[in-house]
Order: sequence, then C-alpha cells, then structure tokens
Amino acid sequence: MSADRRRFLVSCTALALVPALARAQQNPQRESLLRDVTRGAPLRTGRVVVDTPTLADNGHSVPLRIAVESPMTAADHVRRITILAERNPRPVVASYALGPHSGRAEIVTRIRVADIQDVIAVAELSDGSFWMGSAHVIVTELACLEG
Amino acid sequence: MSMLARVQVPAQARRGDVFPIRIAIQHPMETGYRPDNFGRRIAKNVINTLTCRYNGVEVFRAEMGSGVSANPQLQFYLRAENSGELVFDWVDDSGQSGSERAPITVTA
Amino acid sequence: MLTLSAAAAEAPRPQPKSGIEYAGSDVRALQADDFGNPGMLWVARGEKLWNAPAGRSEKSCASCHRDAPATMKGVATRYPRRDAGGGELLNLEGRINQCRVQQQGAETWRYESEELLSLTAYVAHQSRGMPVNIGINEANRVNFERGRDIYYRRQGQMNLACTHCHEQNAGRKLLADTISEGHGNAYPVYRLEWQSAGSLHRRLRACYFGVRAEQPAAGSAELVDLELYLASRARGLRVETPGVRR
Repeated sequence: MSADRRRFLVSCTALALVPALARAQQNPQRESLLRDVTRGAPLRTGRVVVDTPTLADNGHSVPLRIAVESPMTAADHVRRITILAERNPRPVVASYALGPHSGRAEIVTRIRVADIQDVIAVAELSDGSFWMGSAHVIVTELACLEG
Repeated sequence: MSMLARVQVPAQARRGDVFPIRIAIQHPMETGYRPDNFGRRIAKNVINTLTCRYNGVEVFRAEMGSGVSANPQLQFYLRAENSGELVFDWVDDSGQSGSERAPITVTA
Repeated sequence: MLTLSAAAAEAPRPQPKSGIEYAGSDVRALQADDFGNPGMLWVARGEKLWNAPAGRSEKSCASCHRDAPATMKGVATRYPRRDAGGGELLNLEGRINQCRVQQQGAETWRYESEELLSLTAYVAHQSRGMPVNIGINEANRVNFERGRDIYYRRQGQMNLACTHCHEQNAGRKLLADTISEGHGNAYPVYRLEWQSAGSLHRRLRACYFGVRAEQPAAGSAELVDLELYLASRARGLRVETPGVRR
C-alpha cells in the first residue's frame, strides 16, 4: 500500500469514526507506522526508555538514548530496536539489529526531529513480543538564521 | 575526499564484560529535501547501512534513513568474548563505502 | 521593541564570557566530549592534511613545522596577525593559504572549503585551553581601529551595529536564543544549524545577513579587521576550537 493511499484510508476512517477524529489528527500515521514495525503483532507499552531533552536546541541534531530492559542472553534478548519520528517526512529514522553478544540493549545517537512530536522506540524481543516507549520533544528555533 | 571516521573501542576488556563502542562518520546525510545555492534539489544520500563484525561474526547492524543527523554518531554495546578485531563497514546511497577496524585484547 | 543606544558602548566591560556559557546543557556536553564533538572530525582531517605533501615543492606542513602539537601551540591565540615587515593582516586561514602559495608552491584553498576549514581547525585546536592573547601595536593598530569602527557602525536595513546585540544586550533573550557576547574563541565551530563545521567569517556573514546588510566576502580585509577587533575583545578567553554551537 502506498503511503498516500494509507494516509487517505486513515483520514477516511477518522471521518467515519468521529470520536477518534481528535486522536487521528494528532497522530495521523502512528497506527499504520507501528503496524508496519510489528507486522501486526500486539504492541505493549513499557520496558523501553527513550531519553531525550524535552526542549531540543536544534531539530537537526537531537541527542537520543534508547535503553531496553533485557538480560540479553541467548534465551532472552532484544532482536531489534526501531526509532520512529512520526512527523518527520520519512518517519522511520533508524533500525538496529542486536543480539545476545550485545550484552546491553542500549543505543545512543543523534537524530533529526522535524517538528514538536513524540519520538517512539519499538523493541522486538527474542520471544516475538513488541514493546514501545516514547518521549515528547519540543524543537526550538534559532533567532538568527542565515537565510 | 574519502569518508573520514573515528571509532572508540577499549583496547582491553575482561571476558564477559560489556563495553561501549562509539563510531562517528563525517557525512552530510543529505535528506533529499535540501536545495543547493541554485535552488536545485540535492539528491538524498545517507549512510543507509552500518555493520560491526567481531572476529568475522556480525554482531550489530544499523539501518539508517534521512532522520539520522549529519555526521552520524552511534554508541552501542558488545560483550567481550575473545581477543581479535572489530570491523566496521558502511555504505551510502551513492554506493560509496567506508571501513574502520579496531583490535581488542580480551583477558580472562 | 528595544530602544538601542551606542552610549553604553564606552562603559567598562566586565570579564568576557565565552559563547559556550550561553549554550544549553546538550551543546555544552557535546563540546566537552572529544569523541562526540563532531568538530573533531574536521580536526582529524586537518591532521591528515598537515602531513600530506602539496604543490610543486612536494612539501607538507610537517616538512617545515614538524610536530603541530608542539610548534602550533599558542599560535591561534595571536591571530589575526600582521608581519612586522608589513603585508596584509592575516587570519589563520590567510596564513595557511600564504604558506601554500609561497612555501609549498600550491594553489590557495577556497575559503570555507573542507580543506581550509579542516587545517584551520587542526592548527587552532593546538591552542585549545590557552587564553586569546592579541596585542595591539604599531603593526596592527590601523586594522584594529577599522575593525572597531565596523563593530560600532550601524548598518543594513535593520540599522544595527554589532554592539547593539552582542555588547548592549548580551545575555538577554532573542526569541528562543540567548544573545552571546559574540566572541570568536571557539572557531572554526561545529554548528548544529549548519550540520557542519564552519569558519568565523561564515558566522559573521550570517550576522550581516541578519541585519540585512551587504555581506563582505569571506576572507575579505573588512572581515579580517573585524576578526582582529573581536579577538581583542576576547582577550583572556580560552580557545575552544573546535567549539560546538546551536
């Protein structure tokens, strides 16, 4: 399904279900985005910490730390962490494949955040379960631009 | 100019210890949305894949998009197993690739 | 609206405060982290260039100046500089290009090119932690006075001088920014807004744009004179190259 068609269908659903309208307006793509990451599997909130400043100095480079609660053993580990910024023009920011050799399910990086939004991290565990965490980021603007 | 990168790997670790790896690469991570000085759109060109192999075994893989900051930097963790070498490889949308390696000594 | 007056310009100035002191915790942490500071990528490239033979002479910087951490230590604290024998006032970029032409038999590097930025960052980095130490003397007084005149000259459609923001209103808010004292002690800097390292002249040109004035070319005599005046204001501040700014 193309992104445009998906957006169209999402807005149709939103119009049909008036109580859901406000929520859909706030996060027009979130549900379909998350469904793509989990391939339809259930997604639970928890275990994933998204650490980022509430007020980011510049949207071009926002520090981000993601930590997932996991023993990181052969039997119980994080397989994948995916970062989503739903209001970015391309919402899938990055995806990392980890394993028991990682020892610790933690990633530190810097990302582009296009607008005030939630940055979401989804972790896929070795038992096939999916967990998510998020952080709200407010991007501030510089007073002086170069034009 | 070739892609310049810096990696930070501890020279020594004890077997079983979990240690941080850091990598920073000089790259504009062009989003594809930015115009040049003549108003023409600069083609999207980001480092889309980065892998880390530990004594030949892939232990980490990052797939990145235009939402990753310019001059990308990344920190992740590994568990010390055996002495040997960590090899980092990456490639961007234009097909340009880069590589760095770092030795590691693992003690009992 | 702010009412601005040039009268306060004559008041004695307290100790200068580096731009990093006006920065938020993320920018400060990034500058302090020698691995995470993206400007260090330019320093690392500069080190390679320092050791790379160039021009007809096939000499590298290191062929004459040897070990930069020893021979370039403190150099950036004394720039821009004018040779006792005359010639023009040169900033580090100008000196590097002069060396390329006169000593290496190479072509100059374009201002703001990755090469010139990287080598400038590498040379300036050797003075990190040392205080800016510009002396005004017979050799550079004319440049100093010209730079000072620019600093206090109203210009552009906004009709503002450097002093109106960076002296009379330093520390106050402008939208979501805190106005800094406008020192150059961290340049070349990695600016998050640029997503790149950049020179002091790039930053100064952005200020000219900000007040809607005609921008002098990077590397022009006007900007080097202004750079000298800024360095004299920054006397005592420690070199931070490569700094990180928003």
